[in-house]
Amino acid sequence: MSMTMTQKILAAHAGLVEVKAGQLIEAKLDMVLGNDITSPVAINEFEKSGASMVFDKSRISLVMDHFTPNKDIKAAEQVKRVRAFAGKYDIDNYYDVGDMGIEHALLPEKGLVGPGDCIIGADSHTCTYGALGAFSTGVGSTDMAAGMATGKTWFKVPAAIRVEIVGKKPKFVSGKDVILHLIGEIGVDGALYRSLEFTGDGLKNLSIDDRLCISNMAIEAGAKNGIFPVDEITLEYVKDRFQRESVIYSADEDAEWESTVTIDLSTLRPTVAFPHLPENTKTVDECGVVKIDQVVIGSCTNGRLSDLQAAAEIMKGKKVALAVRCIVIPATQKIYLEAMREGLLEIFIESGAAVSTPTCGPCLGGHMGILAAGERAVATTNRNFVGRMGHVDSEVYLASPEVAAASAITGYITDPAKV
Amino acid sequence: MKAQGTVHKYGNNVDTDVIIPARYLNTSSHSELAAHCMEDIDSDFIKNVKAGDIMVAAKNFGCGSSREHAPIAIKASGISCVIASSFARIFYRNAINIGLAILECEEAANDIKTGDEVSVDFDTGVIKNLTTSKTYNAEPFPDFIQNIIQKGGLLNSISERL
Ligand code: SF4
Repeated sequence: MSMTMTQKILAAHAGLVEVKAGQLIEAKLDMVLGNDITSPVAINEFEKSGASMVFDKSRISLVMDHFTPNKDIKAAEQVKRVRAFAGKYDIDNYYDVGDMGIEHALLPEKGLVGPGDCIIGADSHTCTYGALGAFSTGVGSTDMAAGMATGKTWFKVPAAIRVEIVGKKPKFVSGKDVILHLIGEIGVDGALYRSLEFTGDGLKNLSIDDRLCISNMAIEAGAKNGIFPVDEITLEYVKDRFQRESVIYSADEDAEWESTVTIDLSTLRPTVAFPHLPENTKTVDECGVVKIDQVVIGSCTNGRLSDLQAAAEIMKGKKVALAVRCIVIPATQKIYLEAMREGLLEIFIESGAAVSTPTCGPCLGGHMGILAAGERAVATTNRNFVGRMGHVDSEVYLASPEVAAASAITGYITDPAKV
Repeated sequence: MKAQGTVHKYGNNVDTDVIIPARYLNTSSHSELAAHCMEDIDSDFIKNVKAGDIMVAAKNFGCGSSREHAPIAIKASGISCVIASSFARIFYRNAINIGLAILECEEAANDIKTGDEVSVDFDTGVIKNLTTSKTYNAEPFPDFIQNIIQKGGLLNSISERL
């Protein structure tokens, strides 16, 4: 019986020799994640269920990232509730202001997730860790509560779409353009209930940060997960970092693929998703003149060091356009510190950008950069739904850090090659 | 299990950000969440909805953020069932886990209009439009989901194991 990579990981965690698409299984979990929005709901459910202990205090991660540093009294109360829970059950991986980061940047960085893992998180972008060769998917708070109590959850084994990557990226094309292009091709429900499995010769030209960005947005195509094979690039990243043993699974040659999509990296252009869906993509050459009011560089999609480096390279010695507010948010404390040491923060501040402590903040219209009616933002985030960054009549254009930085300088959506 | 009520109809890709905008996620109070349900695409929804009413939508309902606050807000607003051509997978899980009934039925989702009176039988998957007298067959819940719903949600269904 041949299986996809996802199916093999699920079979192993369910204690089965093989699984088939559509089969319902119960799988063991290596990590259960929650944030400051979803954990309070999960904690309520956990307590209502009468559970008196967590399955493993080292395999639960609670990351206070969405509305922190607490944006208001209600947010403060929510974090207080989670902090008390973490204290009561002696949770090892509780991260709050000062040592936190955006969850999906933080967990890989800390080595809390890695190859072969089976992970759920009460956050839709939990699919990010597929970049490291893990099965990882977003669930709701009730699933999180049950996961914390039992260390298990139910899954329906997904069918898979193979995404074959070939070729080499041109300059100013990054993982963000790969995933925006893919979503533009297959649509926001193009992979609904299915796995996206990335394969092909071109993978060697995608860095871990590119892959994290690509897996991060698998959910934006409706996918259950988006997974990369484990190769030298993965092993180099997890070495001296991953706290458990890596287990390497790979798809069988003759695994059943529902369909195959091929992406030739060499043909890609910087890509922008227009409001109000990530599938409304255009290449930067097709954008026309779109004037903007704000630029946000950050989030679990593109707030990593390489993203800040790419933006800084474009902004160095230049000024943010007068009409634009540019906000740069390193995704974790470690990235913040490294960006400071490398002089990137200085470049941003001298160009007229605001730099913030790590937070999800504007990505979900929480705080730190809310849009007014009629305003437009170019953001390196992952969603551009109605009202996502503020007023229902505001607009978000999704793009890479390169495009965002170039647009901050000119005041309209701009090809990074042109600044 | 059965439901009957008046229909509130929406289109494709209704995402959880419009079901309950993030600006209200600083609370987990069900009634506070319900008070803002759908307000960014239908500010009259909360004024018009009555207990038992049915929500109908096209494809990929509930896409986007995993917030369980979305099915909670819908359920707390009084909606007894959501019928759609398809659901985003996390929303699908969340709805089951908190006990909000949902059914996938493309034909019903296409035909049924706002204001129609509709009845749903969850055991058989039969959807009846009482306004037009048309009947549709949705796939009933598989057993394991029936079990979760019958026990009143996921946590109750596992609590015997704790
Ligand atoms: S940065 Fe945005 S998408 Fe990522 S976890 Fe935070 S709110 Fe969600």
